[in-house]
Parts: sequence; C-alpha cells; structure tokens
Amino acid sequence: MQISKITEEQQIADMLDWALAGKHGLTIQGAGSKAGIGRPVTTEQGLDLSGLTGVEMYEPAELVMKAKAGTRVSEIQSLLRQSEQRLAFDPPDYGPLLGGAAEAGTLGGVFSCNLSGAARIKAGSARDHLLGVQGFTGRAQAFQTGSRVMKNVTGYDLCKLVAGSYGTLAIATSLTFKVLPRPEKTRTVLLYDVPLEKAQPLMNRGLSSVHDIAAAAWLPADIAATCDIEYIRGPGKSVLALKIEGPGPSAEFRCTAIREMFEGEGAQEELHGHNSESFWRFVSNASAFEGSERPLWKLSLPPANAVTVIAAIRDKAVEADYFLDWGGGLVWVQMPDGLADGGEGLVRGALDGAGHATLIRGSEALRGKIAPFQPQPTAIQKINARIKDGFDPENILNPGRMYAGEEMKASV
Amino acid sequence: MLMPKPNADVLAKRDALVEGLRRIISDPEGVIDDKDDLRAFECDGLSAYRQLPMIAVLPSTVREISDILKYCQAEGVNVVPRGAGTSLSGGALPLADGVLLGLGKFNKILEIDYDNRCIVAQPGVTNLAITDAVKADGFYYAPDPSSQIACSIGGNVAENSGGVHCLKYGLTTHNLLGIEMVTMDGEIVRLGGKHLDAEGYDLLGVMTGSEGLLGVITEVTVRILRSPEHISAQLIGFPSSEQAGDCVGKIIGAGIIPAGMEMMDRYAIHAAEEFCHAGYPLDVEALLIIELDGPEVEIAHYQTQIDAIAKDCGATVSRISETEEERMTFWAGRKAAFPAVGRISPDYMCMDGTIPRNQLPKVLKRMNELSKQYGLRVANVFHAGDGNLHPLILFDANNPGELEKCEAFGADILKLCVEVGGVLTGEHGVGIEKRDLMGEMFSEEDLKQQQRLKCAFDPDGRLNPGKVFPVLHRCAELGKMHVHNGELPFPDIPRF
Repeated sequence: MQISKITEEQQIADMLDWALAGKHGLTIQGAGSKAGIGRPVTTEQGLDLSGLTGVEMYEPAELVMKAKAGTRVSEIQSLLRQSEQRLAFDPPDYGPLLGGAAEAGTLGGVFSCNLSGAARIKAGSARDHLLGVQGFTGRAQAFQTGSRVMKNVTGYDLCKLVAGSYGTLAIATSLTFKVLPRPEKTRTVLLYDVPLEKAQPLMNRGLSSVHDIAAAAWLPADIAATCDIEYIRGPGKSVLALKIEGPGPSAEFRCTAIREMFEGEGAQEELHGHNSESFWRFVSNASAFEGSERPLWKLSLPPANAVTVIAAIRDKAVEADYFLDWGGGLVWVQMPDGLADGGEGLVRGALDGAGHATLIRGSEALRGKIAPFQPQPTAIQKINARIKDGFDPENILNPGRMYAGEEMKASV
Repeated sequence: MLMPKPNADVLAKRDALVEGLRRIISDPEGVIDDKDDLRAFECDGLSAYRQLPMIAVLPSTVREISDILKYCQAEGVNVVPRGAGTSLSGGALPLADGVLLGLGKFNKILEIDYDNRCIVAQPGVTNLAITDAVKADGFYYAPDPSSQIACSIGGNVAENSGGVHCLKYGLTTHNLLGIEMVTMDGEIVRLGGKHLDAEGYDLLGVMTGSEGLLGVITEVTVRILRSPEHISAQLIGFPSSEQAGDCVGKIIGAGIIPAGMEMMDRYAIHAAEEFCHAGYPLDVEALLIIELDGPEVEIAHYQTQIDAIAKDCGATVSRISETEEERMTFWAGRKAAFPAVGRISPDYMCMDGTIPRNQLPKVLKRMNELSKQYGLRVANVFHAGDGNLHPLILFDANNPGELEKCEAFGADILKLCVEVGGVLTGEHGVGIEKRDLMGEMFSEEDLKQQQRLKCAFDPDGRLNPGKVFPVLHRCAELGKMHVHNGELPFPDIPRF
C-alpha cells in the first residue's frame, strides 16, 4: 500500500476526488496505533493524518479545545495538565496492547474509535465529549457538524456517527471537544480477595452509594500479579478497586466512608496520587494483556450479567483470562490460542443478546474471517448501510473495516 | 410560518384513512376525526402556531404503532409523533394532511433495575415520574428540564432535553442507555440496552435530538444516579452582568463544576420576585444561583472558594441556603421565571441560543440595542454554566404586527448567537421555530448531509416533514454524486 502523508486539508479533498473518479479505496489512519482493530482493510492507497497536527483553540475557562486530527493524545494531555485540566473520559492507549509503541495514538483515532477508559462509567465516553467535527465525507465534500458549545441541539448530531465509525463514514480533520478540571486528589480504595461472585454486587453497592465513585474494577489474582504496583501485585489476591476524586477534604472523607461501608468484605488498602493514577492506566489500557498475541475481546454488557457471562465463557474455555471494569459493565476476555473463531461464538453466545463484543486484538487472518464488531440485526443493518451510502456512496473510506462491503451494499 | 402544502389527494381520502386506522386500533376512541376533539392537539408549547391535524390516533401497543406507520407509509400519509406536547419549538405541530400519533397511553414504568442502576419506561412517562419512581430508594434521574412535571421521557429523547444540572450531569444523550423504536416502515428495533456504548454506528446517538424525524420511540432505558447526600444553593448578586459572567468563568477556571449555575438579569429578577417572593435582592443587575452537591466538607470547601472569587468579581450580595426549604425558595423564583414574565406581559416568546460564555457581555449589550430598535422588552434567564441563553421577548399578539416583530427580534438574537460562535438552539430544538434560520449555521452541503441521515431512516420523508430543515430535498436527489475527473494528486507529497 502507498501511504500519503497529509499535511493540509486540501490534499485530502484532492485525494478523495481521485479516489472517487477511479473508485479506489482509501485506508484512513492517524498514527496507525489501532489499525489492528476491525476487519483488515486492503487498499492500494492510504492516507496518514498524523502530520495534520496542532491545537487550534483552547479556552480553559470555557472547558473547550479544538485540535487537528493528527495531534497526539499524549500531547493534548500534557497541554491540558498545564491548566489543571484533562480529558475526563480517560482515553486509553492500546498501542502496547496491539504490539506498537505507547503514546502514539492521535485525537482523530481515539474519537473515531470512540474509546474510553475506566472513568467512562461516571464521566461518559469519548463520544460524549465530542462537540464538533470538521472534515470530509466520502463524497469528497467538506463538512462540519456540531459546534464549540456544551449545549447544542441544532440539527442532527452527526458527531455521534463520526465517533465510533472507525473512519468509514468521514475523515475528521479537526475535532472540538469538552475538557474538564483535573481533580485535586485521586485515591483508590482496594479490597483484597473478593471472589468473582461477590465482585459485581459489591461494586454496584459502591456505585449506588452517595460517595460518587469515579471508577470501579475487579482483577482476579493472576491479572493483579501482572501489575507492577506493589499494592496490587504483592498480596497475590484478587483486587477490587474503587476510585475517588475531588478536593482534598472531600477525597479523604469519601475514602474513609467507603472503607467503613466495606468493613468486613476483605482486607483494605489505599492507593494515593501517582500509584492511583498508574493503576487506572493499567486498567484502562488493559495492560495485563500486553505482550501476547492471543485474541482479546472487549464485552460491554449489563453489569449484573458479568458473573454469568464469565462463567459461561470459562465453562468452555477454562484458560480464558479476564477482568472487570466499569463496575462489571465491561469484561475483558483474552481467549486461549487454538480456537478457530478466536472465541467469537463463545463470547457472543455468552452475552445472549444483551450487550456486544468487539475483538480488540486478533491476527489478520482471524479478523478477516470472523466479525470483529458485533453483527447487527437486519433492520438495523439496513439503516447502517443507508447511512454509509449517504456519507460514502462509493465505499472508498476504510472499505470493509467494520462490516464487509458486500453485506452493507446488499441490504441498501 | 410556511408549512409544506397539504396534499389534496390525501385530504380527499380522509374518510377511508379513518376507516383504515380504526381497523388497526383496538380502542374505538383511539382514532379521532372530530374537529372539536382534534382541537386538543392543534399546538404544542409553542402556541403561537396552530394547525388541526387531519386525524389523530392514540395507539396503546407497539404493534399498533408499527401497523399505523406501515399503513401510513403505504398510503403516502405524513405522520407527526407527539409525546406530552410541551415542545417549545413546534416540534409536535400537526400537519393539515397528516396523522398525529399521540403516545399518551404509553405511560407505564416497565422496570426498575437497581442491579444495573437503570429504569425502563414507556415513552409517555413524565420526566419527573422517573425520579419519583426511585426517589424513596435514594435515586434520581439527572436531566431536569423546567417542564419536567409534564414533559415525557420519549419527548426528552427526541429533543435531547437538558435542564439546570446538565453542566455536571449531562443532557439526555449522556444518561440514555437504550431505546426501542419503530421505523416508518413499521420495523421494531432496539438500540442499546442496559449496557454502555453503541455497537456499530451510534444510531442511539443520532436518534437523540432527532425531533421525531427518524423514528417513533416506544421504550426508553435511562441510567439513574444516587441522590447526593447534601445540596446547597447560594445566591450571589452583582452590579453588572459582566461581573456576574466574569465570576462564572472564574469559578469554572478554578476547577469547580457546580451542580447548577443559573443567571438572571434585572428584569427577570424583578418579575420572579414579584411572582413568588423568593427573597431575591432587587438592587442588583445580575443574580447567580449556584448549586453545589456532595459531602458537606466538599460543599464547604467550594463555597469558601466561590465566596472569594465572587467578592473579587465585585459581588454585592451573597447568601447561602441554610435549610432545604430555603434552597427550594431560591430555585422557586428561577423555575417560575417564565410564568412570572408571562404575568407582566400578555405574551412572551422564549428563545434558546447557546453562546461561548465569554461572549455574554457582548451579546447582552447587543440584545439591549435590539430591544430598543424593535420597541420590545426582553428579560434574560441563562444557564450560565453551559452558556445556554433564554431571552424572553415580551409582546402582545393582539397588537397587529407585533408577533411578526417579535419573530424578527428573536431571529436577530439567534443570528447573533451564531455570529459569536454559538448555536441556534441549546435545548428547545429547531422544530418549525428556527427551521428557516438553519442556513445561518450550516452550509447547504452540511444541511444536505444531515438530510441524508433522514433518508437512511425514512426514505419517503413521511415522519414529521416541514420541521428542522428549511428545504426538503428528495432522497434520490440527495444521493447523486458529482465526480471530478481526478488524477492521483500531489505527486510531490511523501509516499511510503
């Protein structure tokens, strides 16, 4: 594949004209750090947007920033830090998980894939923070949607479609998004040795309390053992973790209240400051599964189903590794090698129609064979196909990355 | 306000359509064709515009909704969905040749699920009833539009409703987990559920705020939150709106996101105080109501910071609610601001633009100039935290030409909002009210791209036509492509 490095918007418009005229597919990517998610895209020509960089507007008191799509997320985060602000949805960095470098991912990438970390449960998702998009549709038309203000219901919210469509509908060139204050203090309450069966109900108790828990995860002992924070790895037990944020006095008050609330549910510990932050990065980035090539699934499901879903998977594949985030609403499952479908049937069967499973890591052969994204009912796929047709009628943008082209066209 | 020309062929077969619909709906009173009875549906919350529907139907099952839509699709009849009819932008205004689909019978809460912290309700359940259903157990539903006592949760989804707490707790879209909906061709589909994030394209995201143009919502799942342990409100008065605006920016700049942050101008303060004696100071130009929630230590910590910032910005009055009753009184004035203004003027029109907050002084100044120019008074209430402005234009519809003058004034205000980097509507929707202003914010091509989304859901354009988009394009026309004769461009840009 030929890859053209884009440095200005006009080059995209011209490439799109060329692609439309000859019906050439285009692979759209930023740093390519998430290129391994989804079906393999095979085109002769690619567009690399990682050179389209720069912060175009940042007004801390207005809680808003606008930046070009190729700007690195890590660069945005350090800039925000200078004003004591942050991206509240905890953008995860799947670089190392997918065998690449850390901190390479771009803004366009994280929003196009709608990826959110552990804080998603309280702070909302990447898509919830996306206020406006400028870019091009597959019609080679410049387009914009949304705005720079927090509250906007003017026309259809096409930002929602750009987020999570993996570059199959439009090429985003500039993104405007909400930023929020960094909390003064971050603490994490740890409960050791809580068994799986009790983990989700306990997290739910915490999340249903007045203590405003910002994130909740549970790691089995073997997953905890892969973390380099001594408090997590050391005891050799499962770890249930609850994150608290806020100004000093409030974080302290909440920590104490939560510890009292879970008195008798297991030995307790607290992570402060740096340890707390690195722990939640470990959870958000699914770092426990780095360094392997085994198929890795991300399941979004009703939290109360987590235990039965894991039991159903482990019943057939006892070597499957897993942990819970989002209070049980997110289950990461690393399947053993040697399953012809990478565990697709097992994982989706276990969900039993409630929620969805996405293959985050898998060999190219596997990704070409199975459905990395949850297959949709016919009536919905018909709407999806028409949406795709409205944005990209010649199917030139990341063709087949989410769903096979034929399958989409057939249902229009 | 021009609506699409009624289709004479459809009007001519009205009696047959009534018969057809009666065969679908089991309740004999579920099809309304009597002119007097139809009067109840002639307008929504934007009462300046009225239109009798051709027929109104009140189905009681999802199957009936599906059959009605299929039938209307086959007969080439337009359909306007209606929840509680509280839209302030005319989103539920009937069409002369259309069937009005009322969802009032879908008024049951289907499931309260504390294990997944969500509630499943039929679309006609009121916003407040959602909170009421879980209040005793210490939970609530966060979005709280001012009309929450009457507006329906299905309508909230259709309009992506906000309220006074959305800076901290988000709009409907941030609290919505799933819906069941019926498409115009009668398909019943589920989007989302009790889990987070969309699978595939985010259809749930685009359905939210789609103003009844994409599908009919028949079930809603929203997340519920634990009610905060303490809530406290603070009134802060300033000698000028600029100072109040400055204070809001500095509070957020200091890293504080209050649960609510409202601003009222002199006119609104006086009207509200006269109406419900909330104890507002009358010698200030602008008043902020700031609500904080959380543990007492956190509230106290922030209040100390806010006091210092307010003083620094020139605040002349500051009062913290000492009891829950006092807090409710602080809010009573703000929540009654619309009826209070309604009392001092025969009619008023409520506008709804959003602006970048730092543009507030400029916008208020220009609005005062416009007020003089049009000879109409204007009162302002403002969701200050998120920049959502609600100017209330006072007029008297009995004076010939005054409604038109008010509309022109309102349009100028909204154009001003767009000019300073804001938007036409923050939470009330485009409907018919702002339809013809869409060109101020979007290019022709951007509007076409939005309508292509409409085509994906409703290719014949049967659902709620005449709303949101100033020009109706046929889907076939929107689908056309203009292909340039391209050579591979930029042979000089690096290729790897």
